[in-house]
Amino acid sequence: MKPTDIRDPNYFHKVVDCQWACPAHTPVPEYIRLIADQRYADAYMINWKSNVFPGILGRTCDRPCEPACRRGRVEEAQQEKPEPVAICRLKRVAADNKGEIENLLPPLAVKKNGKRVACIGAGPASLTVARDLLPLGYEVHIFDAEKKAGGMIRTQIPRFRLPESVIDEEVGYILRYEPVTHFGTRIDSLKKFLAEGWDAVFVGTGAPRGRDLDLPGQKEASKNVHIGIDWLSSVSFEHIDKIGKRVIVLGGGNTAMDCCRTSRRLGGEDVKVIVRSGFDEMKASAWEKEDAQHEGIPIINFLNPREFTHENGKLTGVWFTKMHWADEGGKRKLVPTGEPDVHFECDDVLMAVGQENAFPWIERDIGMKFDKWDMPVVDPVTMQSDIKNVFFGGDAAFGPKNIIWAVAHGHDAAVSIDLFCNGQDARVRPPPGVSMMSTKMGIHEWAYDNDVSLDIRYKVPMVEPEIALRNVKVEVEKGFDPLLGYKEAQRCLNCDVQTVFSAGACIECDACVDICPMDCITFTENGEEAELRTRLNAPANDLTQDLYIQDGLKTGRIMAKDEDVCLHCGLCAERCPTGAWDMQQFYLEVTQAGCKPQAAIAKRSPQLASAK
Amino acid sequence: MTYIAKPKLHHPSLEKNAHGYTRRDYEGRISTLCAGCGHDSISASIIQACFEIDLEPHRLAKFSGIGCSSKTPDYFVSPAHGFNAVHGRMPSVLTGANIAAKDLIYLGVSGDGDTASIGLGQFAHAVRRGVNMTYIVENNGVYGLTKGQFSATSDKGSKAKKGAENKDSAIDLVMLALQLGATYVGRSFSGDKHQLVPLIKGALSHKGTAILDVISPCVAFNNHVGSTKSFDYVREHNEAVNRMDVITPRAPITAEYAPGELKEVRQHDGSILRLRKLEDDYDSTDRYAALSYLAHKSAQGEIVTGLLFVEPDASDLHDSLNTVDCALNKLEDAELVPPPSALAKINDGFR
Repeated sequence: MKPTDIRDPNYFHKVVDCQWACPAHTPVPEYIRLIADQRYADAYMINWKSNVFPGILGRTCDRPCEPACRRGRVEEAQQEKPEPVAICRLKRVAADNKGEIENLLPPLAVKKNGKRVACIGAGPASLTVARDLLPLGYEVHIFDAEKKAGGMIRTQIPRFRLPESVIDEEVGYILRYEPVTHFGTRIDSLKKFLAEGWDAVFVGTGAPRGRDLDLPGQKEASKNVHIGIDWLSSVSFEHIDKIGKRVIVLGGGNTAMDCCRTSRRLGGEDVKVIVRSGFDEMKASAWEKEDAQHEGIPIINFLNPREFTHENGKLTGVWFTKMHWADEGGKRKLVPTGEPDVHFECDDVLMAVGQENAFPWIERDIGMKFDKWDMPVVDPVTMQSDIKNVFFGGDAAFGPKNIIWAVAHGHDAAVSIDLFCNGQDARVRPPPGVSMMSTKMGIHEWAYDNDVSLDIRYKVPMVEPEIALRNVKVEVEKGFDPLLGYKEAQRCLNCDVQTVFSAGACIECDACVDICPMDCITFTENGEEAELRTRLNAPANDLTQDLYIQDGLKTGRIMAKDEDVCLHCGLCAERCPTGAWDMQQFYLEVTQAGCKPQAAIAKRSPQLASAK
Repeated sequence: MTYIAKPKLHHPSLEKNAHGYTRRDYEGRISTLCAGCGHDSISASIIQACFEIDLEPHRLAKFSGIGCSSKTPDYFVSPAHGFNAVHGRMPSVLTGANIAAKDLIYLGVSGDGDTASIGLGQFAHAVRRGVNMTYIVENNGVYGLTKGQFSATSDKGSKAKKGAENKDSAIDLVMLALQLGATYVGRSFSGDKHQLVPLIKGALSHKGTAILDVISPCVAFNNHVGSTKSFDYVREHNEAVNRMDVITPRAPITAEYAPGELKEVRQHDGSILRLRKLEDDYDSTDRYAALSYLAHKSAQGEIVTGLLFVEPDASDLHDSLNTVDCALNKLEDAELVPPPSALAKINDGFR
């Protein structure tokens, strides 16, 4: 294998599994350390800069970071249930305890740059674009059909998961930059809108249409058959405050989980979720399913709704066909089992079977290309459409995803808009800001806490069900208190503190090999990667995890380190007599609008030691 | 030393041996030796060897004297028995323990000072009696604890860290052990675990006196140019006569071998030492040929390593003393307190 180029920011970025997996690439371990240090405001600001909505995401994020977390792999085969660090809920600890942060926010632009940018939709993607561009001097106009900013955050997420005060606060941090808001204004023609002469237009209109099953009997029972997201937003706006005693929720995604849990709080006593597929294939996150079951809501699988039954215009129940997985031409498919259909009685049905984009307001003759799914063609890097000054982001760009993806899109679109408005090519992206710094403070002292905690994941304290189920506005999770937050933060392995190896200083004494608790390090003859992976001190079977290779040793061997389950405990560096191993903190900030190409060049590269 | 304890977490694929222990279960406390000390690699090799031969930790008895090396029994197999003896007196204490409880596996760990200077007499007599033990000398050729004076195994002409030259002749512990009748003699290098681990496994399963002289560079005081016990010097002058695999009665034989002459030696406990010759003219079952070969190579400045001599059917001190099968410390009063008639019988013999 060729020696690893650790100057390539991607190499160490990938080692920080959580940051790599996060669409917005938030520097997770750094803010977790700050939380452990009770520097909540600083932890919050790292989040705010990177993901704009720490308090909101700390309650609702889809957490792509957690399945990626190294802790989960490390605990494998040694804890009953290996679990990642509760990254998402730690973010909330920072938000809950941060105190006053207004003085830490970037200053308002003193000079306008004369460019006018419009954001259509006031959801997370648009708000991110506005936040990134406003301090640079752009005049940003935000349009939304609703009276308040927030988009789906405000309309679709139930209040028992996300109190409105948190939305108001974090949306407020953006509105303080004084965008021109046009709330309660629906844009119904892009053609007309573009004629107003904007320098750039950002479309962040989400995926506002809930899929409709349109089954027999639905029309007749329409009073009791609701579309999930529409119903949820009616609850949010307090147009709806009760539901029948027996409720069936159709669908297996996170919206279905929100629907059933909201129903339980609005008078639903017998609430069931009925899903076409099996439990494991459901789209809902594992923890959301768990939370629903915890509230006494059964999830029934392998039943496909066939027909609504009704009497005198009132819904009486639903017929379901039993399904199972079958092999059809080499493909696994859900097909009816052939058993007799089953009937479930109910008073109301909530359909949460997916969401769709809808662009009836974009004329098809204005030069924008649409693909075969009737989605606008958008460049996944620049977020630019075929009309060069129109950009997309969030669910409007590539279909329903989640808030953190919307934020990531918003940052990318803002970079593009900034480049575009300055007459530069949006495809030439300024590189991320990367720095590496040794954490060595003394002989065996490091700037981070390298003593690895053996604790298992802490559970977030919850409000007792008797209270939580009585009121849709009572936030069900209490969040970690500072002590629990500290303990959970200590479970973080500090994967951003990288093991940097200097072959020139190494005397091949094996001290690092002997001390490494995870058998990550091997000194051996070089070979092809596939073969090399089999003869390391511990087999390196996870191909998604890189091997760190360095040559230039006196014996002609190589140093091979499997990054997979490294604890970043620094014992290799503590036991190294020559300083050939060092623990250096890697910090990467993704490019945001306003990053100058020259300023974004690595501030500090990895520092290597030489032979004594 | 390191301030934090080695985390208990281990690699998810870590194997278990016949007793359900992982290699990590054979570890001890975290080392307080200098970072990079060769002794720590030897401790790691002992841990690996004990794990691989499925040794139950409570069946091991660790002995040591004084010195850096003699601190190391604290750093491996914590649940084992242990005794930290007076400087140079470890062989006698070990001999005594072995007489009393012959059902344990005896491991003495010592250094070049503890063995070749203050303890030379004790060492010599334990070897010539054939005490059933594994005796590992962690040989760094320097008094590390007292900041770097030459030890009795420092080669004549080698240089100290500040440049002083050693004028005295070195004691070669391997040749000494061969002369004194040790029945399993090897030399190895702390930086070569592939060689060292099988040598320790073979030694632990050997019946009789097994002596391993393991060169273990002192990173603080003896790893410079001019030293003959530095990592670089040993790597350059290492002449391995053979490579060994130890096949325990339980483990299946799966290893593949490159061409080269194979020699199998079956030991008393059923384990097989499988030796692949690297030197054509070397026979590791011939004590006198070994002595001559070693003398010859030593004159050329080569460090001969590998399993240098083995007598697979050796007898030990208990055979010489003709003790009972049962360990003496397990004998009951009935056996230990003979009736008056037995005394009368003995007295009759003198009449």
